[in-house]
Amino acid sequence: MIVRARVNGEWRSAEVWAGASLLHLLRDHLGLPGSKNACEQGECGSCSVWLDGELVCACLVLAAQAHAREVRTVEALAAGDRLHPVQEAFVEAGAVQCGFCTPGFVVAAVDLLQRDPAPDDATIREALSGNLCRCTGYAKILDAVRLAAQRMAGRPR
Amino acid sequence: MEVLLPRTLDEALAIKAGRPEAVPIAGGTDLMVALNFDRARPPALLDVSRLPELRQWRRKEGWLVLGAGVTYARIVRELPEVVPLVQAARSVGSPQIRNRGTVGGNLGTASPAGDALPVLAAYDAEVELASAGGRRTVPFNEFMVGPKKTVLRPDELIVATHWRFVRGPGSFSKVGTRNAMVIAVASVCLVLDEAGHTVRVALGSVGPTILRAPDAERFVAGALAAAGWWDDPRATLPAQVAREFGERVAAAARPIDDVRGTAAYRRHACGVLARRALVWALEARRAA
Repeated sequence: MIVRARVNGEWRSAEVWAGASLLHLLRDHLGLPGSKNACEQGECGSCSVWLDGELVCACLVLAAQAHAREVRTVEALAAGDRLHPVQEAFVEAGAVQCGFCTPGFVVAAVDLLQRDPAPDDATIREALSGNLCRCTGYAKILDAVRLAAQRMAGRPR
Repeated sequence: MEVLLPRTLDEALAIKAGRPEAVPIAGGTDLMVALNFDRARPPALLDVSRLPELRQWRRKEGWLVLGAGVTYARIVRELPEVVPLVQAARSVGSPQIRNRGTVGGNLGTASPAGDALPVLAAYDAEVELASAGGRRTVPFNEFMVGPKKTVLRPDELIVATHWRFVRGPGSFSKVGTRNAMVIAVASVCLVLDEAGHTVRVALGSVGPTILRAPDAERFVAGALAAAGWWDDPRATLPAQVAREFGERVAAAARPIDDVRGTAAYRRHACGVLARRALVWALEARRAA
């Protein structure tokens, strides 16, 4: 079937198998491989994107369910070479090792800071509880979110 | 395979009448896993995630009417006063899952581990089903008849669940290996009804369906009455009541051994959860 969605501000369409996920549509049809394909069961959060402004696992959304809707992916965060403050903070805090989980964590962290610009540690942990990282042990990821929150405080978003 | 994208409930029911084999998909948190792993290849999928009728909840004459498409994230935000339901909703998956998963999905999947289901059982909820031919309402305990088995007919969709508001403290708690992304090993919903002087307790993940514990319910309601607690929340209860309540709840469990836990552990966990839930409820009403 043909799915047409507004992806990162641009209307895009592609012909996909009826049972395909939004993740498959993004990665294999729309050239947006930033959202990673790992567990395909909503466990790891590597494919986190926004669907109509809500944080979701793209692997658990049927591509057809995104038809005529708004999708925003990790690719939309940087403005050209200028990284989003959350991306900058991940680099500076050393929150990236192999990097596979990073796009999902960045998207989930941006989602959190949009809703709560000054989250406490428990709130950060809760917000990132759907994202798995097998390298870092999470401590530096939490550092990065705290750093990003400080940097973004007072900045127009 | 094809995907059908109705815009209204009436349209969806008309489609279901002609294509009863079409499998409804809401949040996709169960069905997409089956599709991604080649475990399911239904001839057609019926997207119910855009039906406005299913995405609403309302209060009506002392009842809560909860649309099947209301997500767990919305329950947490919009229904804070329904404490056990919010606690169950908060314990589902992760933020990403709670933004998609729905109570209707829990009902459709009908897993004994579905987190919303013990809450529905404890509130004596009804499930509203619709087909092109009309609507019917089934008590929750008659709706779910076994693991992943319900009385939903092929031409029907789950529209809503409703229950009468109950005044009194209550909670949902579950045991699992971590705080997030966990399928319950055992779960307990306790509701104290201050108007009816009754206690309801429902158990998840410890039987083929959600179980109530009527013997434990009668025992503790009687103990509360004997202590004068319904009239005076500061009345003290004999210390052994909470322990015996836990034992009687554990006796109502019908658990099995599986990958998530042994039957013996599950039975024990039910008793502990029930005992704690009773203590929390007594404290909550005293503090209110």
